Amino acid sequence: MAVRRLHPDQPAHFAFTPENMAWVTATISKYPPGKQASAVIPVLWRAQEQIGGWITEPAIRAVAELLGMAHIRVLEIATFYTMFQLSPIGSKAHVQVCGTTPCMLRGSKDLVKVCRRRIAEEAFHLSADGAFSWEEVECLGSCANAPMVQIGADTYEDLTPEIFEALLEGFAKGTPPLPGSQIGRTASCPEGGPTTLSDPSLYDGSRIGQWQKRLAGTGGAAPATPAAPAAPSTPPASSAPPASAAPATDAKSFVHPAALAAMANAGVVKELEERSSGGKPLSASELAQFAEKARRDGPAAFGARPAASDNSQG
Amino acid sequence: MDPLHSARGRPHQTIRRGDARMPMLSDDDRIFTNLYGLHDSGLRAAMRRGQWDGTKLLIDQGHDWIINEVKQSGLRGRGGAGFPTGLKWSFMPKADPRPSYLVINADESEPGSCKDREILRNDPQLLIEGALLASFAMRAHTCYIYLRGEYIREREALQRAVDEAYAAKLIGKGNVHGWDFDLYLHHGAGAYICGEETALLESLEGKKGQPRLKPPFPANVGLYGAPTTINNVESIAVVPDILRRGAKWFEALGKPNNSGTKLFQISGHVNRPCVVEEEMGIPLRQLIDEHAGGVCSGWNNLLAVIPGGSSVPLVPAELCHDLTMDFDALLKVKSGLGTAAIIVMDKSTDVVRAIARISYFYKHESCGQCTPCREGTGWMWRVLERMAEGRAEKREIDLLFEVTKQVEGHTICALGDAAAWPVQGLIRHFRGEIEKRIDTYHSGHREAAE
Repeated sequence: MAVRRLHPDQPAHFAFTPENMAWVTATISKYPPGKQASAVIPVLWRAQEQIGGWITEPAIRAVAELLGMAHIRVLEIATFYTMFQLSPIGSKAHVQVCGTTPCMLRGSKDLVKVCRRRIAEEAFHLSADGAFSWEEVECLGSCANAPMVQIGADTYEDLTPEIFEALLEGFAKGTPPLPGSQIGRTASCPEGGPTTLSDPSLYDGSRIGQWQKRLAGTGGAAPATPAAPAAPSTPPASSAPPASAAPATDAKSFVHPAALAAMANAGVVKELEERSSGGKPLSASELAQFAEKARRDGPAAFGARPAASDNSQG
Repeated sequence: MDPLHSARGRPHQTIRRGDARMPMLSDDDRIFTNLYGLHDSGLRAAMRRGQWDGTKLLIDQGHDWIINEVKQSGLRGRGGAGFPTGLKWSFMPKADPRPSYLVINADESEPGSCKDREILRNDPQLLIEGALLASFAMRAHTCYIYLRGEYIREREALQRAVDEAYAAKLIGKGNVHGWDFDLYLHHGAGAYICGEETALLESLEGKKGQPRLKPPFPANVGLYGAPTTINNVESIAVVPDILRRGAKWFEALGKPNNSGTKLFQISGHVNRPCVVEEEMGIPLRQLIDEHAGGVCSGWNNLLAVIPGGSSVPLVPAELCHDLTMDFDALLKVKSGLGTAAIIVMDKSTDVVRAIARISYFYKHESCGQCTPCREGTGWMWRVLERMAEGRAEKREIDLLFEVTKQVEGHTICALGDAAAWPVQGLIRHFRGEIEKRIDTYHSGHREAAE
């Protein structure tokens, strides 16, 4: 957690431009009626862009009123999410240096030194001319191109202190280099060219449609016209009903999701399959047994980690 | 056998200990054919690569057929926890008056992980087609993709792809597939914790990203109180290929219980860091040598590897020789596959500082909801910083280990565990290094005092 507070000097007003207001209305429509609070991050982000890179207190109030939220809820959002800047940033560039371990191993500390020397000793302080500011951020998700920085919407990857200095020079002169790898790599492809994906048949369209014979006999569906997903394909014609027609009422014995998770974590996937497809429900003692096994097998047996979307379901 | 079904059905025992080598995954068996963006990422080019090919035919097979194929394929979630994807889908209610939602987690923030980024910007149609098929299987008409705030260009690229798919009537209301389906992009603003599935839902509802207490689980009470499944980008993007080529094809790749292909991300001290798609269970050394140009100054210069993103404990070099990259093998060395983000550290690494930096990361990213994590992450980081200098007592090593055990398992979500494990891994394998530093520091100061 980081303690983040609003800037002491705040402007008096904030109002979205008509253009941005139209964008905000369109964004709110992405969520179900009554759930307009969902739009708070994108809307606050747009406010930050309009202000010039930071969030002011009047903007927080305006966004809250626009979305029918309490002021404090939007203040919470602005202080919780670290991409909302709470004080003015450099007019030409706000440099976010990734400092987490993968970048650190490849020299991000040297990039921070360059920032300290060229911009300001302390993060979030403006340079003497007000054109630059910097901060060290946590992993930006470009680890195969470390070390890297993000400036505005773009990332600059595969840096050395020298390349980084030249890059800052470019921003100062108004001629920033092209974003992406600064040593000529394409995305996260290994330097010197890919080690994979050299088969031309992947790209000449010859794979299209070949797989369909596998399904030809199963669901009764006629093979669709290859290479034409935009055209409606033939509906299933045969008498054999597709699987979807089967009644969806097979009442399965209930297994508590926590039990399933404990089993999955304990690596008993086979048994898990059987249980969830109609086997005996899991008793309390069995559940305890699985939980114990997972605990005994060390921390990794639990597997779940916060970055993971596929956290155990149950 | 036609080239599209060429998964090698070789026996798994061919992998010997010692100089374990597997044949490299054939290009035929690769799913991510535009991983590096060397080809056009637009819809027309994607279709030429075989995407959106007869999707209607797959949908005509029915909801349960899709779930079954995914179950049979043995696909385990690619976001880190490795929960069986088909099984997760089967938890969704079949007849519920509430709408169902699919939420795709593109909040890729685990240090070391950079695979979803490549899918989002270079092969977005794979994800969109997968989203349609997964939503259809779970009877959902709406899907949200939650991207991390920093992925701005990736969001723009994905939005372009979504717009193209809408324009071609592949998705949207009244599309050619006969299943109304709306796909929306949403984004965060710099909070690692929003990768935890219930924190992500909170964030998507417009709140601070603080994880929810479970139960109830998202499949019962998820987004807006409705049944919701949350899947990683890679888990969804591989679904169309699994359905086309068949569960058997996918299952034949990799090892039992660890099937399929996987995007590996190799960063740190290697000659050519990269992201690459390989078979599950590939030996670590082969992966690093063949695709990443080897460890800097050679394999013997290896100190340790973090095999699955910053949350998993490190594995010292002596355990790396025969190590294969799959869920089960890594569990045996008390680590984990996680997101398959391999952070390589050679002998020039200050390993205590490297782990201290990870501890700082967790201190910074703790959401502050549970006391053991909010207070513990900062405490662990401060002690490790002192230990990196040697400014500590040896008894504090045991104390630190004890505190990690107090944090682990005592929080609502797994961030507490994730913060504890790297520290435990360090103490387990590099205790001697910490003790040496403490000795050096104390002898230096004794001399100064005399």
